[in-house]
Amino acid sequence: MSHISPVLWQYLVKWMTDFALFPPEASKIAPQMDALYFFMVLVSLVGLTIVILLVTSFSILYNKERHPVAVQIEGSTLLEATWTIIPLGLFLIMFVWGALIYFRVYNPPANSMNIYVVGKQWMWKAEHPGGQHEINSLHVPTGRAIQLTLISQDVFHSFSIPAFRVKREAIPGRYTTVWFEPTVPGTYHLFCTQYCGTEHSHMIGEVVVMTPDDYKKWLAESTSGMSLAQNGERLFASLSCAACHNARPDARGPSLANVYGSKLALSNGGTVLADDAYLREAILNPSQHVTQGYSPIMPTYQGQVSEEGVISLVEYIKNLSSDYRVQQTTNTTDLLPEGEGKAMPAATAPVKPGMVKQ
Amino acid sequence: MNFLSKENGLLSWLLTGDHKRIAILYLISITFFFFIGGALAGLIRLELLTPQADLMATDTYNKVFTMHGIIMIFFFLVPSVPATIGNFLIPMMIGAKDLALPKINLLSWYLYMAAGMLGLYTMITGGVDTGWTFTTPLSTHYVNTNVLTTGLAVFIAGFSSIFTGLNFIVTIHKMRCPGMTWFKLPLFVWANYAASILMVLGTPVLAITIVLVALERTIGIGVFDPAKGGDPILFQHLFWFYSHPAVYIMILPGMGVISEVISTFSRKRVFGYTAVAFSSVAIAIFGFFVWAHHMFIMGISNYSVIVFSLLTMLVAVPSAIKIFNWTFTLYKGSITFETPMLYAFGFMGLFTIGGMTGVFLGTSGTDIHLTETYFIVAHFHFVMVGGMLMAFLSGVHFWWPKMTGRMYPEKISQLAAVVTFIGFNFTFFPQFILGTLGMPRRYASYPPEFQVLNVFSTAGASILGVGYLLPVLYLTWSLKYGAVAGDNPWQATGLEWQTQSPPLTENFAVTPIMDHEVYDYEWLEGQKAKEVASVR
Repeated sequence: MSHISPVLWQYLVKWMTDFALFPPEASKIAPQMDALYFFMVLVSLVGLTIVILLVTSFSILYNKERHPVAVQIEGSTLLEATWTIIPLGLFLIMFVWGALIYFRVYNPPANSMNIYVVGKQWMWKAEHPGGQHEINSLHVPTGRAIQLTLISQDVFHSFSIPAFRVKREAIPGRYTTVWFEPTVPGTYHLFCTQYCGTEHSHMIGEVVVMTPDDYKKWLAESTSGMSLAQNGERLFASLSCAACHNARPDARGPSLANVYGSKLALSNGGTVLADDAYLREAILNPSQHVTQGYSPIMPTYQGQVSEEGVISLVEYIKNLSSDYRVQQTTNTTDLLPEGEGKAMPAATAPVKPGMVKQ
Repeated sequence: MNFLSKENGLLSWLLTGDHKRIAILYLISITFFFFIGGALAGLIRLELLTPQADLMATDTYNKVFTMHGIIMIFFFLVPSVPATIGNFLIPMMIGAKDLALPKINLLSWYLYMAAGMLGLYTMITGGVDTGWTFTTPLSTHYVNTNVLTTGLAVFIAGFSSIFTGLNFIVTIHKMRCPGMTWFKLPLFVWANYAASILMVLGTPVLAITIVLVALERTIGIGVFDPAKGGDPILFQHLFWFYSHPAVYIMILPGMGVISEVISTFSRKRVFGYTAVAFSSVAIAIFGFFVWAHHMFIMGISNYSVIVFSLLTMLVAVPSAIKIFNWTFTLYKGSITFETPMLYAFGFMGLFTIGGMTGVFLGTSGTDIHLTETYFIVAHFHFVMVGGMLMAFLSGVHFWWPKMTGRMYPEKISQLAAVVTFIGFNFTFFPQFILGTLGMPRRYASYPPEFQVLNVFSTAGASILGVGYLLPVLYLTWSLKYGAVAGDNPWQATGLEWQTQSPPLTENFAVTPIMDHEVYDYEWLEGQKAKEVASVR
């Protein structure tokens, strides 16, 4: 919040953080959200003080001993208007200010790195595009926009990082997203904040924010040998998807090259943007999403592929899009461990955190 | 002769059609449920004294906070003021002999008791651990506790509340005494009228939602199941379509109590009567269109977020209007500080904090950080316990002389009001800070750095407990030993005070005629002068 009142602000926040009365500010959005928070605290304190002062002074001035006979007053239109319009005006300021922050939190910038997170009773599993998995922890670098694509495998969960001031519900059956840009290296709390059954209070973990250099090392150490897209490719083969989606002229299914990010014409007459959510739906519920010119012959994969499996398939299909690959290579080379990923065959290129196409 | 002494024996109570007797049946039953819910709250606070889940297993803890929520909301807060004080007083305030539908009124109480007993039975035979919000698919597919019986209990309790609301609406429309126009109605009646509309229109949606949960759980119809093409978000919409208006069902009647009490103890008509009356109606109307502010982080569209956040700001305004009108009712009054007034002052302070922190949550940006944490727990308890419960206690003390014919002991009651206020702040204020720090709600264990504030909260809860036990003791004592109250100990203007205490079964010996303004203290002085003259 250095642009508002650098010294005083930082002093106050530091003091409150030291006494564990205020959470650390470790993301770019945190100080912006805190500015609104403290504005609202200030308005509340002023409002409360006005009410307390009035009630106290009226109680002293007009108590029965001092003021034995009440003066009957109907009311006052002017006063009614005053305490309608002033609170309304203040609430509207908060509304607009809050909405601006809300949009910032949930609309990721074009060059953000995407990490998938699957919530299940009672753990968080993060899947990095490079194939790194982690459970109940999340490693992220500073100075980079990171988007999380969340989904739950069972009940509602909620992914909360108080130090970043962000939170997003992980919902069964659909992707949700949130993004943040970590600013201060350190280890922060990760909570599930949506009640999810017996071990809800143990569905916690840590978010480790690292400098880009440390993060690079971590990526190299934690690699599982195969990227998420490569996992997807393997799954794609083992499920025999290529029997139909093979780009031959007589293929029974549409080619998947360059599908991601394109506008698809559907056989029901509609068009749809082929984003992550669409790809997931088209795998699990294909009869609802038949591409124009093809017959609805694809079987459902509901119950046959886990959410993690779907995620790797989605990531594989995304990587069949040349735009997506180009974006990725231009934006992530600085995070690639030395000598890796610079000249890979197109279909298996994405070893590293990917860019989400807008 | 009065309504208490007219008939004796258990049956004369269990088969009564008298709204005053039914109100007392309700008062006893909701007090019983309040202390069960309170004991569960005590267990929660004890568990949270230490960071580890050491007092009970996490499953038990989950059941405890679920039952605390269900009992307090459906079996205490929703019926508290309307079914007790409202039941007793609305007919008297409008100069009627009874509610329009006395048998339906008794049926309400039986439904409430049936639901309550079923709820207790469920609790004893294993409980339920879905949280009071019954979130799907947790409630439909994942827990194996008594979801169906608890759902049935809430379903039945819902009908009790629909019947009460319906009865009030019919009564207020059709049973007003001669001269009692809408703008001569006490503000307590306006507030209960607004709450009744919410009960009648909102509760059926809850009933339908529970039926859908039950069908999904038993035969798997799949309305909320994404694997079958259903949508779990739909449950959230349906549930909050009732449960957000429900908080206004709970708070509006409390606001009505505060209007009566502040007017009486400052001997002044309520400042801006029409503004206060219409603000109740405005809350009821806007209250129906803000439900999705419970879902800002659940992936509803950005446009929904904008609309619901804006509407939430609008619903906050009438509450602010009320607070300022109550404050200015004191202006140039002649104020005394009996117990009901102290509780009312407590209400005003705590409700202001509760309302303002509601704006923090209605503002979409800050909601992201604060929702699902102890901030929301603190906000809700400031409104419901700091607001509603203070208003309930204010009302019980205010009308106790009318209900029982006896005064409560003033000094110890004032002490209890102060103890409650202090205990309350110690319990719930630290929770705002905990929430800002990010401590999630419904956690049996938590990171150790949150312990100091949790210890404060638990210590406060024990003070609060004393504050709630005291009234039970001295009010019971006062039934026998309290000073005889007389008809109108507070020199209040409402019609209920112009008849004997406790009232006759038919309330008034002669049907009253409302020939003066509401809160007309000059008229009251005139009446007194006349009486003195006629005695001479």
